[in-house]
Amino acid sequence: MTAAPGKSRASERNGGASDASAPPEADQRPSIAARLHRFMRRNPALVGMPALLVLVLAVTILVHPEFGAFDLQSLALGALPLAMAAAAQTVVVLSGGIDLSIGSLMAVSNVLAASTMQHASYQEALLLAVLILIAGAVQGALNGLIVVLSRIPDVVVTLTTGFIWGGVALLILEKPGGGAPEGFLNLATGTLCTDWLCSAWVPNALILLVTSVLLVWLPVRRTRIGLLIYAIGSDRIAAFRSGVNVELTRILAYVFGGLFSAIGGLALTMTTGIGAPLAGTYYTLSGLAAIVIGGVSLTGGRGGMLGPVIAALLLTLIPTDLIYLDIDPNYGQVIQGTLIVLVVMIGGFAAFLQSRK
Amino acid sequence: MSLPAKTGGQRSRFGLGGPGGILPFLRRNTILALILLLIAFVAGIEVARPGTVTPIWISNALLFAAPLGILGAGQTLVMLTGGIDLSVASVATGSAYLLATNASLGSVAAVLIGLGLGLGVGLLNGVGIAVLRVQPLVMTLGTGLMTEGVMVVYSQKMLASEPRVPEFIQALGAGKVLGAVPLDLFLWAPIAIAMIWGLRRTGFGRLTYAVGDNRQACELAGVRVWQVLLVDYVLCGFFAALAGLVLVGSTNAADLSLADVYLLPSVAAVIIGGTSILGGRGGYAGTIIGALILTVLTSLLTLLDAPEPIKQILYGAIILLLAAAYARLTD
Repeated sequence: MTAAPGKSRASERNGGASDASAPPEADQRPSIAARLHRFMRRNPALVGMPALLVLVLAVTILVHPEFGAFDLQSLALGALPLAMAAAAQTVVVLSGGIDLSIGSLMAVSNVLAASTMQHASYQEALLLAVLILIAGAVQGALNGLIVVLSRIPDVVVTLTTGFIWGGVALLILEKPGGGAPEGFLNLATGTLCTDWLCSAWVPNALILLVTSVLLVWLPVRRTRIGLLIYAIGSDRIAAFRSGVNVELTRILAYVFGGLFSAIGGLALTMTTGIGAPLAGTYYTLSGLAAIVIGGVSLTGGRGGMLGPVIAALLLTLIPTDLIYLDIDPNYGQVIQGTLIVLVVMIGGFAAFLQSRK
Repeated sequence: MSLPAKTGGQRSRFGLGGPGGILPFLRRNTILALILLLIAFVAGIEVARPGTVTPIWISNALLFAAPLGILGAGQTLVMLTGGIDLSVASVATGSAYLLATNASLGSVAAVLIGLGLGLGVGLLNGVGIAVLRVQPLVMTLGTGLMTEGVMVVYSQKMLASEPRVPEFIQALGAGKVLGAVPLDLFLWAPIAIAMIWGLRRTGFGRLTYAVGDNRQACELAGVRVWQVLLVDYVLCGFFAALAGLVLVGSTNAADLSLADVYLLPSVAAVIIGGTSILGGRGGYAGTIIGALILTVLTSLLTLLDAPEPIKQILYGAIILLLAAAYARLTD
């Protein structure tokens, strides 16, 4: 790391966080080992998180040798809503905000889907799903508008709007119920089966997860919008002075947060088959846990989408492992909390040591 | 994006003869604005349902406001330092549950165990935030999840013994003396006096404001910032546990979602009371009024003949409006 600290710092600031590949360094060619080392340092989430996932999967197979296609499917099913909550939170946090209303937004989409799709055909359900996604984006926009217009800090606004959206969800559907057509549920609960390929080892939930993250996030990340989101997240005043429309970008980040939350709500409908007005509350906190473990800095501007999504898989896998190990799965939440605390404390400790050097 | 200059609210407090008009006056005396708002809410109730506001009603309002006020005390301390504590609801629930399940050990031991949970979680929060410089939001979120999870596991191990709330805790949470004075006021009032006096007159109080205003300046001035933060978070955990005890006294039933609904109000009471979440501005007097306003708002909403979700939406919307109005007033 002694080669060109200034330069590497600069490229880090540019938003080349975790899911960009190593930038080419034409003028000097350090050894491959040094470059690999730097690449790993710069993209801890890109290297560390998949490694951790592989490790935990290996442990899972070790303690539960019968781990098969069905277990893989239930892992993907369980992780899908959580991964969407994490994705929603990631966009907002990257922009320097925080959204504590994600769980309620998911609940609203969930009950909207379950109450309108109950007697719909598959095609109608797909159309309704699109409308619900738009509604989710609008709700996110409302969150963002209130944050920008009221000048109240994000935490307070979204804590309160979360309360309000929770009321809206209860208003739409008082008790758990509703439903959706079989074909629609199959989008998540089934496994890959097309004319030319049929495999029980590829759960639809996993395909849905990957495609929805890629479809929404990749266009954002690769265009100006992503750059602006990273910019206002890392230094709002500098971004403002460079001519970035800070307020609009903040609202936009909340719009994407709302969109991902809506996908998460639809995923909840698909995985549970019903709508439950209180099902979402769990996902606000767990989604935050996933992004913290996934290496997204809560101060904004640092991190990527891969880490949180993999962290969501990890957070789903760990309680399963506990069941395999005959430990009370209720420890899952304890472990989740402990993981957050440990991750942030170790991060803090490392920074503390560095500052003393 | 505007970069507002900090002006209002810091002008001389003796400038009453200065620029006239009601807004500048309220800007200088925000606590008066809050009290006026509280009176307006009470008047609203009296108008909506004449004959409601009686001494008994006022005494009940104070009784119900006390747990929120005590929770708000801790939240005020940490928000003055620029932090936030999202674990208060879990801690309050946990302390109440521990009290009820350990009542067979004797009331004093049970109370100490409950308060011990608050001190423990507060200490953990404090170490993470003050020493290891973790963001308060994440730290308290994590410890909140941990506490909640531990309580779920614990509740399943403790199925054998019947939860029971000791009688003096029931009296504390629901009892009244002299016909109309709620007993929990005897707990809340000393806390309020200690908070207001402590924040205004003691070195620790001033340091709490100073750390929230400018942590770096404090460090350069030789303040041991971590000690101030640590004490604030431990106190916050302690107050949360105490509020849990009062709460379980009033409901007389400990369950694992007892204080969940208090998380938003505990933050909202402080914000409405004029304490800036960015730190360094505000005080406990405002939080008291904030807690009273929220309590009166709740009973105003129960007077409305509306379904529960509508009330929830209205409650949230009014909190947002009040907080926004306050931000405009003081900016």
